[in-house]
Amino acid sequence: MATTIMDALFQRTLEDLIKQSRLNLIPEPTFLSRSLDEIRKELRATDLQTKSIALRKLCYLSSLYHVDMSWASFHCIECMSSSSFAIKRIGYVSASQSFDEGTPVLLLATHQLRKDMMSSSVFDSGLALGCFSLMANGDLAKDLCNEVFALLGSSKVLVRKRAIGVTVRLFEKYPDAVRVCFKRLVESLESSDSEVLSGAVSVFCELARKDPASYLPLAPEFYKVLVGSRNNWVLIKILKVFARLVSLEPRLAKRVVEPVCEVMRRTGAKSLVFECVRMVLSSLSEFESAVRLALEKVREFLQDDDPNLKYLGLHALSIAAEKHLWAVLENKEVVTKSLSSEDVNIKREALRLVMAMVSEDNIVEISQVLLNYALKSDPEFCNEILGSILSTCSRNLYEIVIDFDWYVSLLGEMATVFHCQKGEEIEKQLVDIGMRVKDARPELVRIARGLLIDPALLGNLSLHRILSAAAWVSGEYLEFSKSPFELVEALLQPRTDMLPPSIRAIYLQSVFKVLIFVASSNFMERDLNSVSFHQSSAIPGETSKGESIINLLNLVESSVTPLLGSPDVEVLERARNVVGLVELIRNEMSIQEQNEELGFLKLVNLLNDAVSEDLGPVSWNAPDRVSLPDGLILRDNLKELDAVLGGIELPSSSPFSVGVGSLFGEKTDATSSDSRVIEDLEVTNESNESTSLLSEHRRRHGLYYLPSEKSTNGAYDYPPANDPKSEEAGTSGDADDLVKLATQSFVSKKRPSNAKLRPVVVKLDEVDAVPVEQKRAESNDNLLSDAIREILSAGEAARGIAGANTFPPEESKENSRPIKSSSRKGKHRSHHRKEKDSSHSGKQERDREGNSRSRRHGDGRRTRERAGDSASVMAVATIVPDFLLE
Amino acid sequence: MIKAAMVISAQGKPRLARFYEHRTVDEQQDLVRRVFSVLSCRAENVSNFMEADSIFGPDSNLVYKHFSTLYFIFVFNSSENELAMLDVIQVFVETLDKCFKNVCELDIVLNYDKSPKISHYICMKYIRLAHLILNGILYQGQSKVRSLVMETNSAEILRSVEELSKLEAASSAISLVPKPVSSWRSR
Repeated sequence: MATTIMDALFQRTLEDLIKQSRLNLIPEPTFLSRSLDEIRKELRATDLQTKSIALRKLCYLSSLYHVDMSWASFHCIECMSSSSFAIKRIGYVSASQSFDEGTPVLLLATHQLRKDMMSSSVFDSGLALGCFSLMANGDLAKDLCNEVFALLGSSKVLVRKRAIGVTVRLFEKYPDAVRVCFKRLVESLESSDSEVLSGAVSVFCELARKDPASYLPLAPEFYKVLVGSRNNWVLIKILKVFARLVSLEPRLAKRVVEPVCEVMRRTGAKSLVFECVRMVLSSLSEFESAVRLALEKVREFLQDDDPNLKYLGLHALSIAAEKHLWAVLENKEVVTKSLSSEDVNIKREALRLVMAMVSEDNIVEISQVLLNYALKSDPEFCNEILGSILSTCSRNLYEIVIDFDWYVSLLGEMATVFHCQKGEEIEKQLVDIGMRVKDARPELVRIARGLLIDPALLGNLSLHRILSAAAWVSGEYLEFSKSPFELVEALLQPRTDMLPPSIRAIYLQSVFKVLIFVASSNFMERDLNSVSFHQSSAIPGETSKGESIINLLNLVESSVTPLLGSPDVEVLERARNVVGLVELIRNEMSIQEQNEELGFLKLVNLLNDAVSEDLGPVSWNAPDRVSLPDGLILRDNLKELDAVLGGIELPSSSPFSVGVGSLFGEKTDATSSDSRVIEDLEVTNESNESTSLLSEHRRRHGLYYLPSEKSTNGAYDYPPANDPKSEEAGTSGDADDLVKLATQSFVSKKRPSNAKLRPVVVKLDEVDAVPVEQKRAESNDNLLSDAIREILSAGEAARGIAGANTFPPEESKENSRPIKSSSRKGKHRSHHRKEKDSSHSGKQERDREGNSRSRRHGDGRRTRERAGDSASVMAVATIVPDFLLE
Repeated sequence: MIKAAMVISAQGKPRLARFYEHRTVDEQQDLVRRVFSVLSCRAENVSNFMEADSIFGPDSNLVYKHFSTLYFIFVFNSSENELAMLDVIQVFVETLDKCFKNVCELDIVLNYDKSPKISHYICMKYIRLAHLILNGILYQGQSKVRSLVMETNSAEILRSVEELSKLEAASSAISLVPKPVSSWRSR
């Protein structure tokens, strides 16, 4: 004991700790670890006072130095139970800072919380409620539900308003609490005490944010508040509530619009004015006079010197832009002026508005102005401008672009903007336009030439993607190129070393195309010459052409040959192709005197045909739209394929492998897989061969394969590339398909990870993980809204009987009994709870369910309410007319 | 709903960080750092909003005010009004000023780094106030905020603070801790 007293006497307080930290005598890590050691030791003391001071220090360190304090959770509970308020407070404060739903000692806190909540001291219950609101989990909420209910009726304002605030967390964690507490919460809306009222309104605002439809029946109560209250805070919140309700129930708008305008005219508080403006512009936009009034206020905001108001004014305009574009046009000057503001927020908002004003007629001027402006502004904003131009122009397949020559040259100009980081997007659009817009191709090739020929651009990393597009475009649409020779020089210039291999490969592929083009046109010509213009074959032009071809071949050979040692397979392969072709042409030219080039000519022509065939844009779900040819039984075929393929995986269903990359490399892959599926045995033979090659390879180099060797089994587990089921269901809407696809892949995911690493598979997992989670969250939300709807409909029925706004007592008694909801979701949840809470025997559960079911059968209205969850809005709407007709 | 409230010094050190959605300490540290890295790049005399969706998740707004060497930051969702939150910051700061009654201490709030000695107490009191005021704002007494927003000012908060300190002093007087130590605190 003596040591404890000594410890207590000489214990460092928080102040000492802070002082020491400020002195900077020792480096921070040492300071932290020393202090933590000290705190650990002190926490072991039996004396609560010492403990609380230590805890307080720990709290400080945790909050400002981000030290983990979860290990001290038990000490928090100890301090919470102290009779001294100072110590109790420290306990609660540290608990609210460090606890979360999963903290194991939370169970121990239940009793203490209950005791303090019901304490006669306002401060005690305040602490307990505050703590509860931060850390309550389902069990705690369930256990303390009745206490909160009691406090909701407390005569002390301080306690009551806190209890009201706590209900948000309570409902979220334990939806059944609605049946107990909701009535009192609604009553608080009519409270004469403004603090209680504002608490209640805030709670409804928060609740309505998640699920507005459930609160439509409360519209009359809200309306009373809207008309009656003079409190700005309350009005802001109630406006937010109404903004959400009105979007669900248009008839409400008529009732609300007048009071809202009234508030807007009356108040001097900017926050409230802005809230009104936002509401009118977003939810009441069909009321002309209200919109005009709101825009008047917006103009005042825009004229204001305060950047905050200016920003909010612009923000309001962008809300209005959707339905009232004229409002933006009216303020065009302010908007364009704001573009040059030094405030990022204002600039951004102005940019958004400028883009909203863009139309077919002014796109050229606006883009030019913006581009010039981008050149002058800081890198970040410059890219934002470029990004918004790109996205606006490409919207709906370049809907607003009429002059594609202009647009293509704009893209080229963008590429040369110094800070440009939008390479990927520009690349995509260049290729896309090339494929979609035939008429733009000559200009496209011209721009591409300009980009390729400039050696300076190769040094800029962010431009590489654009260059790859340029290389592809100029190879693909070679016929528009003025000088293929120059193009080859550009494609093979020494600085192309700086390109990443994937883009290098595209460059080489373009060289390949040029070679074929040159060869075929040259030989064709010569062919013609030899037949009909034999005499003139000796003119100088001819020989010079031959020479230039030889020069070309030499150039290509000399610069491509080093690439034969490239470690990158793509580059290597293409380099080989090119070198092979060069040799072929050489041979051919050396024996040109003999007229035996017919075979070669054929080959060149074939290649030329293959290369110059137009590639069209491919929709990512195109494979789904292929109709089933007659006589093809897809399922059988797939099975056979699976069996034959053995160790090979099919490239998985293409919908997920979108991307520009597929245009170049993977494309051939994907199409070949499709043809593999649809076509015939010859192909399968081929793949069979490759299978055996692969397994041979695996046998020899098993070391380098992934550890699990059940590859043959693994391959069977892959979903077939084109699942017949999803094909059949193709008509049932995109969303359904997505869900189905997701669940399918979810099932297939469970297979052991012997599946070799394939990016596409990973993608599938990512895709399906999200919807599953969403679904879960949804169901939790639904519990709450179900509960609230049930309560409200019951209340409504009661109101019908009593003819008053208050609930008759017997009804409320029924409400306050925790009822197991027996809807589909209720069942699901009770199942879930059973695992957690062993006190509920299955029999009880069934009894209750039976009870409530029979009750529901008696109550026609409620049954109707529950009939369809999806139609819930409609169901609730049936209640509202009373108010609307008032 | 308010998601977080922070006070960060101009050097990027958190002076107060309260999160009303549970975050682990590592997350907290990360959030503070990211917020500060954005804020520190912003010029003076610009609007007091910051896009926070990328840092705090969807449906997040952030307002801040820069007083001398301190950034006061509030993060909230769409249930709150931006201008009202700015008012809240204003009154929060005013309340802090009033809590440290004499002018000298008021100066400390504003010139935090010039007088490190006394600023310890401010640090500490930030914490205490924060719990009181911020908890009040968020989950319980919207009333407090109401009074804040109406700018009928912070007298009420001040009163609660005093009551609370009295209560604390009373309860700690019984303890074994010598009086001088606790009187330090209330100085």
